[in-house]
Amino acid sequence: MVDTGIGSYFKFSNVDWPSMGIATWETVWMTVVSIIVVAILGFLLGLLLFETTNSDAFLIKALNWIVSAFVNIFRSIPFIILIVLLLPATQIIMGTIIGAKAALPSLIISAAPFYARLVEIAFHEIDHGVLEASEAMGATKAQIIFKVLLPESLPALVSGITVTAISLIGYTAMAGAIGAGGLGNTAYLDGFQANNNAVTLTATVIIVIIVFAFQLIGDFAVKRIDKR
Amino acid sequence: MIEFKDVSKTFDAKVGTVHAVKDVNLVIPDGKIYGIVGYSGAGKSTIIRMLNGLESPTTGSVTVNGSEISALKGKELRDQRLKIGMIFQHFNLLWSRTVLENIEFPLEIAKVPKAQRKEKAMKLVELVGLSGRENAYPSELSGGQKQRVGIARALSNDPEILLSDEATSALDPQTTDEVLDLLLDINKQLNLTVVVITHEMHVIRKICDHVAVLDSGEIVEQGPVLDVFKNPQQTITKRFVNQETDSGSAGDTNTAVEELLKKYPQGKIVKLTFHGEQASLPIVSETLRQFDDVDLNIIEGNIHQTQDGALGSLYIQLLSDNQQSIDGTLSYLQTLRVETEVIERG
Repeated sequence: MVDTGIGSYFKFSNVDWPSMGIATWETVWMTVVSIIVVAILGFLLGLLLFETTNSDAFLIKALNWIVSAFVNIFRSIPFIILIVLLLPATQIIMGTIIGAKAALPSLIISAAPFYARLVEIAFHEIDHGVLEASEAMGATKAQIIFKVLLPESLPALVSGITVTAISLIGYTAMAGAIGAGGLGNTAYLDGFQANNNAVTLTATVIIVIIVFAFQLIGDFAVKRIDKR
Repeated sequence: MIEFKDVSKTFDAKVGTVHAVKDVNLVIPDGKIYGIVGYSGAGKSTIIRMLNGLESPTTGSVTVNGSEISALKGKELRDQRLKIGMIFQHFNLLWSRTVLENIEFPLEIAKVPKAQRKEKAMKLVELVGLSGRENAYPSELSGGQKQRVGIARALSNDPEILLSDEATSALDPQTTDEVLDLLLDINKQLNLTVVVITHEMHVIRKICDHVAVLDSGEIVEQGPVLDVFKNPQQTITKRFVNQETDSGSAGDTNTAVEELLKKYPQGKIVKLTFHGEQASLPIVSETLRQFDDVDLNIIEGNIHQTQDGALGSLYIQLLSDNQQSIDGTLSYLQTLRVETEVIERG
């Protein structure tokens, strides 16, 4: 006898709490590890895009075009398709196509181009006069990047990483549904397919809490950094 | 010494080739404040940016203290830039850094050790009159205070030259004068060469020793500030000088002169121009004492301070039944070396 009424959502006695805990940990782990890699990779890609725009040199123009095309293509592929598309590559890189580890390549490849665009926009928002002043003081390219571009765009970089992290949490749930583990996996397999609505609801609530936590931490950090 | 030799700069634009700078030859001596004045689009910014290699000339050469800036690249150019400070219209401070950290920034670029950086920056905070505000962020400062930080920052690597790119154009008149006084003070204290570009003749009059007038990329007139103010040659220079000396009342003076000509047909309207010490002598009362049958009517007058002394002009009407007395008055004024100009009735 399967109970599918509204009441079924609140039968928390059906929830396997230890495995819910493991699933939560898997989701947080996937999000945090991929966000760290995305932050670094996205920053570098964004910097490359920023530094190669408005150049007259042919090679630099070509580089900008290639990076830009790469970013646009991977940003356009729906995530669920990207996972399937990357299965062979995942097998080679991670040695498996099952579990939280296997989700990382597709999570990173889908989020990094998105964050790269946000980084590029953040850099373009810096007052050109400040960059010119730094150049006039005799700063090297590296000094301009680390002493001007990075600190002056930090609030935008942090709020960008917050937005990216939140969409990554959504992606982990999707990845979970096809075998990556985590709360998405729990909600789909143990909740939906086992007709256990309380599990689905619990997984949802936990995901919402994780999203809110990321948003709060991000907003707090931006408030602390921004001296404008 | 700064030298521009046959400097031209052209840009390729959609409308064809644009001559931003045309055959500029300029020598700026050490320790002076040199002003370049022109309307926007005249090429001032391009010229000042050639001094630190932010722009390079299409033809010609720019030499600063013996090294040809226009030929430098990479590390050599960066090392040269350390010796040239620059301040900007919009200050261009880093909002993420405090006052002290902003002033330390060029020292970080020059890889000065931390303890030394802080010590130097504190001295500069004091020099520009911002003691007590060193831990404030730029967003907490007024425009004038921001420009003071800009000046301190520009001085932190002990530059040989200070470039001022419309540094007071975003400030109100009172703050403008404070910042100009600071620049003048620094020029005297540190014997620093200062190159100022501006569209305000007020800035030129107040702090500059020499001035060059730029029109459509060409220098149309240059010389000591007092000479240019006294005797402007080109129409554009006259316009700039009038902007400052006539305080916008040129029209009023003409009307007043016409009225007086009508009212006293027998009188003579004379424009007197004073400069240097004469501006502070009691010329009018002395003249009247000499010729007691002459009446003198003051129509309009003004006086302005420049770096080389005062400059004034006075419109007067001489009235007398005795024509000889009037002629005598005029020649007496000549002996006082006041420039006199009789305005004929039209």
